[in-house]
Amino acid sequence: MTERIEIRTSQDVLRVRQRVRALAIEAGLSLVDQTKVVTAASELARNTLEYGGGGSADIELINGAHHGVRLTFADEGPGIKDIDAALRDGFSTSDGLGLGLGGAKRLSNEFKIDSVPGKGTRVTIARWK
Amino acid sequence: MQGDGVDRIPILKLGEALLVTIQVDMHDQLAQALEEDLTTAIVKHGARGVLIDISALEVVDSFIGRMLDTIAAVSRMLDADTVVVGMRPAVAITLVELGLSLNGVKTALNVDRGMALIQPHTWRSDDDEDGD
Repeated sequence: MTERIEIRTSQDVLRVRQRVRALAIEAGLSLVDQTKVVTAASELARNTLEYGGGGSADIELINGAHHGVRLTFADEGPGIKDIDAALRDGFSTSDGLGLGLGGAKRLSNEFKIDSVPGKGTRVTIARWK
Repeated sequence: MQGDGVDRIPILKLGEALLVTIQVDMHDQLAQALEEDLTTAIVKHGARGVLIDISALEVVDSFIGRMLDTIAAVSRMLDADTVVVGMRPAVAITLVELGLSLNGVKTALNVDRGMALIQPHTWRSDDDEDGD
């Protein structure tokens, strides 16, 4: 069961944090792991808002080999030309992307990014026990 | 407090210091308003220090981390020290992993210890380590 949260304002970024926290608790993640995945979600939701011009977050519990949460952030913004560069810390001199992507990757057990310049960006992360 | 529809985080005067207790999950406009209000309050009260209590914050992301850094840098230019107090252990672990170690910001475990960092001359203290 996937829950979709639209990301249009910075209030929506808060809502993503709150929903991801609730789901992480439901998944039984430790306090540190909850904090990590909520922080990663906050970074990615802000990227979706600031760079993608808004988009959505799909959040779901995972109950297979791992127990945890999986989050997918999607936008139809300008996309990222050089993903490797974008994953490096301090990539952007403007607010946000500097630590956002690389930081979110470090805070997650699983990290996938697809981005097509001119089409948009989709980032999926997962954190499990 | 003001009629612009933006909530404000209260700033309390405590001796020569200002105390800000962040008790809500801040959205970006609220964080920006705090930066501006604090800067104004430092000058208005001639504050020598700013204590920011984040013990209620369950998450500090890079946006809030940068806000704390900026407040510390601006305060320094206005001759005031900034001490961030009460960071939760899970937040500290996450911030380091995120890559934000807040090098420009002093930290203390609680408000009392933070006060001691800000006001070594005037804050009551049992040990008399200061010569002047």
